[in-house]
Amino acid sequence: MKPPMNLDFSQMTPYIPYMLQGIWVTLKFVFVALLVGALLGTLLALFKISGPAPLRIFAVTYTSIFRGTPLILQLMLIYFAVPQLTGYDITPFLSAITAFGLNSAAYISEIIRAGIQAVDKGQVEAAQALGIPYRSMMKDIILPQAFKNILPALMNEVITLTKESALVSTIGYLDLMRRAQVVGASMYRQFEPLLFVGLIYWILVMILTLIGRQIERRMNASDTR
Amino acid sequence: MIHVEGLRKSFGELEVLKGIATDVASGEVVAVIGPSGSGKSTFLRCLNLLETPTGGTVQINGTELTSPKADVRAARQEIGMVFQHFHLFPHLTVLGNLTYAPVKVKRLSKAAAEEKALGLLSRVGLSDKAGAYPSSLSGGQKQRVAIARALAMEPRLMLFDEPTSALDPEMVKEVLDVMKDLAKSGMTMIVVTHEMGFAREVADRVLFLDQGALIEEGPPETFFSHPKTGRAKDFLQKVL
Repeated sequence: MKPPMNLDFSQMTPYIPYMLQGIWVTLKFVFVALLVGALLGTLLALFKISGPAPLRIFAVTYTSIFRGTPLILQLMLIYFAVPQLTGYDITPFLSAITAFGLNSAAYISEIIRAGIQAVDKGQVEAAQALGIPYRSMMKDIILPQAFKNILPALMNEVITLTKESALVSTIGYLDLMRRAQVVGASMYRQFEPLLFVGLIYWILVMILTLIGRQIERRMNASDTR
Repeated sequence: MIHVEGLRKSFGELEVLKGIATDVASGEVVAVIGPSGSGKSTFLRCLNLLETPTGGTVQINGTELTSPKADVRAARQEIGMVFQHFHLFPHLTVLGNLTYAPVKVKRLSKAAAEEKALGLLSRVGLSDKAGAYPSSLSGGQKQRVAIARALAMEPRLMLFDEPTSALDPEMVKEVLDVMKDLAKSGMTMIVVTHEMGFAREVADRVLFLDQGALIEEGPPETFFSHPKTGRAKDFLQKVL
């Protein structure tokens, strides 16, 4: 007998609030991971550009490792290895932000490095010739200009991170993806909840894309270069 | 004021400066000329250590800049530099360009820095551009702002690296006029230039560099009408 071809969303109705809560859970952890990634990534980028040799080597090696291995492996390592090694029972949330934060730091550091190095070298020379200290030069002269190069790529990273965040369902973190699986299991229908959260992911990404475009437009408008 | 001895600079295998020695007195205007690739820009950039010399010494006001102990950043505050391509800060207004370093480095109050900046802008004829962004200025205006930006730090010495080479011909004069005024005011200036007219008219002394060596130097009248060396004669024949 052929299985019936039916999509029935009505059965899913009671579970909808439960799944919608996943939006917040996902966003919260993406936001924290991004914050960690941005801070650490900036630091790594500065190491790569003007750090002393040991720091530069560290930053390059770091980036190479985190970009060169699967994110899900990094996530599993942190979630399962930390308790095994230290006895500390790490929560899924902490594992998730650690893995995603460390991972995105590698990508963000490359984005920032490229953005900074795209700023005309003459800007550095002009600042040096005026006797401006390195920190002020970076903060007030170079980074504001680099930011324009960085922003589009950074927005892309945010979107990637939002989508990839579904990986944390594998360690039992109750994000959007995991909630779809839970609902699917309890009503013996997988298709509808998966479609439902798929739609939510897509809407989230669309919103992020629009925000990114808006910021870019505003930056171009304020800049009469 | 400036004492340069045995100044050498190599980029890898390529030796760009092969031991240059000269002195510049306070208030003197020196034009550095020579064919392209002669090392004249590198020479200038060694004076404020934008390039680190591979050998020799640079002394400015008695401080040896090339010594490892030298406070290069402090010394640079006394040395203004104007670049061929202006290098204004594009995200700051003209006023912001002029006040940033005095406020940040010399700890001037914002009001004092702005007052001074406006004075300098009127001196270079750009009072009405204080609120403009560099992108809205012509090349000549940009370079005049760049000169004012350097002057805002009250330097005792100004270095000019081919300040008119990137300008459209009709804008060269407005920049040279500002430089002439500055020379008249008694500023010590070292100017790398292709403007022979300017060198002849404004400079107290001409340095002729070729292939990384100081070939000839002297007052412009003598140098331009009676060059002593064959290389200087060749060069002048091509450019005059």
